[in-house]
Amino acid sequence: MCQVGEDYGGPGPAELQPKLPWRGCEQKCMKCKEGLPVLIIRAGDAFCKDCFKAYYIHKFRAMLGKNRLIFPGEKVLLAWSGGPSSSSMIWQVQEGLSRESAKRLRFVPGVIYVDEGAVCGQSLEERAKTVAEMKLILQTVGFPYHIVSLEEVFNLPASVLQPVSQGPQGPENTYKEAVDGFIQQQQRLPEEGGQEAALSDELRRLSTRDPVGPEEAAGDSLPRPAQSTALTTLFSSVKTLTAKEELLQTLRAHLILHTARLHGYSKVMLGDSCTRLAIKLMTNLALGRGAFLAWDTGFSDDRHGDVVLLRPMRDYTLKEIAFYNRMFGVPSVFTPAIDTKAPEKASIHRLMESFILRLQAQFPSTISTVYRTSEKLVKAPRNGGAAGPVPTRCLLCMCTLDIDSADSATAFGAQTLEHLSQKPTPPPGAPGRPCCTRGTELPRACCRGPQPASQREEPRASFIEQLCYSCRVNMKDVPFLEPLPPYILTEAQCRRQRAWVKQEIQEFLFEESEGEDPDGN
Amino acid sequence: MPVPRCSGPCGGARPAALRRPRTGGAVCRTCFCSAFEAEVLSTLQTGRLLPPGAVVAVGASGGKDSTVLAHVLQVLDARHALGLDLRLVAVDEGIGGYRDAALAAVRRQAARWQLPLTVVAYAELFGGWTMDEVARRAAQEPGRARACCTFCGVLRRRALEEGAQRVGATHIVTGHNADDMAETVLMNFLRGDAGRLARGGTLGSPGEGGALPRCRPLQFASQKEIVLYAHFQELDYFSEECVYAPEAFRGHVRDLLKALEAARPSVVLDLVHSAERLALAPAARPPPPGACIRCGALASRSLCQACALLDGLNRGRPRLAIGKGRKGLGEEGEREGCTSKTRGRPTLAGAIQAF
Ligand SMILES: [Zn+2]
Ligand SMILES: [Zn+2]
Ligand SMILES: [Zn+2]
Ligand SMILES: [Zn+2]
Repeated sequence: MCQVGEDYGGPGPAELQPKLPWRGCEQKCMKCKEGLPVLIIRAGDAFCKDCFKAYYIHKFRAMLGKNRLIFPGEKVLLAWSGGPSSSSMIWQVQEGLSRESAKRLRFVPGVIYVDEGAVCGQSLEERAKTVAEMKLILQTVGFPYHIVSLEEVFNLPASVLQPVSQGPQGPENTYKEAVDGFIQQQQRLPEEGGQEAALSDELRRLSTRDPVGPEEAAGDSLPRPAQSTALTTLFSSVKTLTAKEELLQTLRAHLILHTARLHGYSKVMLGDSCTRLAIKLMTNLALGRGAFLAWDTGFSDDRHGDVVLLRPMRDYTLKEIAFYNRMFGVPSVFTPAIDTKAPEKASIHRLMESFILRLQAQFPSTISTVYRTSEKLVKAPRNGGAAGPVPTRCLLCMCTLDIDSADSATAFGAQTLEHLSQKPTPPPGAPGRPCCTRGTELPRACCRGPQPASQREEPRASFIEQLCYSCRVNMKDVPFLEPLPPYILTEAQCRRQRAWVKQEIQEFLFEESEGEDPDGN
Repeated sequence: MPVPRCSGPCGGARPAALRRPRTGGAVCRTCFCSAFEAEVLSTLQTGRLLPPGAVVAVGASGGKDSTVLAHVLQVLDARHALGLDLRLVAVDEGIGGYRDAALAAVRRQAARWQLPLTVVAYAELFGGWTMDEVARRAAQEPGRARACCTFCGVLRRRALEEGAQRVGATHIVTGHNADDMAETVLMNFLRGDAGRLARGGTLGSPGEGGALPRCRPLQFASQKEIVLYAHFQELDYFSEECVYAPEAFRGHVRDLLKALEAARPSVVLDLVHSAERLALAPAARPPPPGACIRCGALASRSLCQACALLDGLNRGRPRLAIGKGRKGLGEEGEREGCTSKTRGRPTLAGAIQAF
């Protein structure tokens, strides 16, 4: 609920000073009519400290309660960047878990921090210092945690990119069943007083904690220098900051997804605030992700099937978050971003962010308007869906491909991308014969060397074919495939092989469209 | 810097004349123009926009977009025997000092291409109101100080429909380009106009309730490429900006789009793609339009946009023309005036379209 009147201008030190009421001492909290107001949430609404806390906590619970997607006892991974919004999210979960039993949150949390220092201009010493600072906070929080460095993408298996479909059961039923099961389970516990029940429940929760896993151990030692070099090589080969930012988001998402699967987390909570989501929506619109906005910015994102992403902070403005964190001592850690030192005009992300924040300063309802409009977007393929048995998904962002031949912008865009408008284009869904025929061998292994241009281009062309519109546009700024982490290249090769085999045997098969349809229709 | 050879279909037979904004590839004049034309043809064919035998009213403003549109359609029709019957329809908004030069350009084009030209004037259609008078009137009422461009957009849409019906057209084409589309989708999000977002993104409107189907064959052509094409074809067009500056808000968005394009040259097309692919909840779609109680055009309220606008302008003045009803803006419900069609024909253009 971001309402009018938010004069967000970045959480600078001045911004964090709670403003005292402007009408003198006789003004009271608008909620309890007694407390001394300490801040104004929106035009005319002055809250005292207690009421603000109650309002803030209620918002979090209401967001989870309204959507009812987290089952009791379910493992939930909290994605923490160190920033104010995701820090506040962790504190909200902690608060929710420490309540008296009736109102207590009943899921099992863990925290993941991805150390992106290698691509954000941090030295090894700075990274070690940041990680130490993070650990200190995480130990205070007391949840199991996973500190993963971005270099780990070079160890990911190709299976990360294969969506795992979830059972067809309706969410409403499953949720109710899960709650009933949970209650029964609690009733089966030996009769104990309320106090002891809570205690044993706490013990039970503790026992499900993971032992310290390999990531944590790896987090202690610095990432292998070769992988750091490979990561730096990859990012410096990318031609624009826009594409670097998108690549970073993609790799981060894959790492978080893999960690969640590895440790049995079936939900991941992301800390995106309302302010951040409004900016993200406009940015992704400009990046050609119109078809995916409901996944990219909605409360829940089920594109991976088995692991669902949630955005429980989406009702908070950055201003509210900054106030709360300051007032209730929620610590956050500053870490540089990939574009921290870049000029404003350097990327679509930066341009859109500063545009929205400037417009917000001039028209105070900008962010809430964009946010409310985004609520009207739905997760639906344009043609109603359910046409093909298994929709083809983008290799990188894993959304259903938004490319078809009836779509002129796409057709032009695709032609444009690889300068195909000047060459005869193969019909979509007719991939060329792979030139790497040795199974999962990486394309670079046999496609290098003096070959005719058309043949050399082939792995790239077939890689591009596996991407959505927006990822295709990004790949224009990624001139070489070779520096990409092996799991991406391996999966691309597998898909190419499968598509080719399917095409080869097509003429011998009877009409029985099983498996994926390369046309996506 | 040495001039590179063309990387287009001519296979480097000619030196490159430009770097194509869309692809970044160096191409010669001939290859660029044929690629541009092929893309418009592909838009027409994939969207099945203009069937053979269509009588096509080209909304001609004298500016670069409609000039290029009319030229390309004529070229494609001749080359591919599309069976189109092209007619130019120009709208005289009554903007002193600007309109005369623009209309003169349209007349020269009509003569050069030997296409029939029809001019319809605001003053004649809207009971004496010219755009200059509308602007003067709007300035007097600070409460209703909407930008003149918004008024003009509503009236021009209506006037073009009228003109097209007069020349017996079956289809209307307008010169809206990819930049216009991109600007509009950004604006609709910033304004929270879910209804327009739900409708936008298509190549045009099918023509409901007696209104002629409309389409935008240049929807995927960027402004830069249109200017380049006009340059290479030596097209004579009127390039002055309208005397009425665009709304401040649109100005911001236009600046943003320019900055985005500098960071990523394909951004205009990427926004058009996004607009095509947006999925909105059924509730966000506006209710099916009814008929304007005054003129019978499609309207989502009791009055269509054009009548509501004129109604506002006429308030407190002797009634000039266009109908009898006296309803304010946004009054729903009463449809008793439905039958009082002041014009002989059933309906005019859909009230609120993306443009
Ligand atoms: Zn209070
Ligand atoms: Zn993608
Ligand atoms: Zn050429
Ligand atoms: Zn009307």
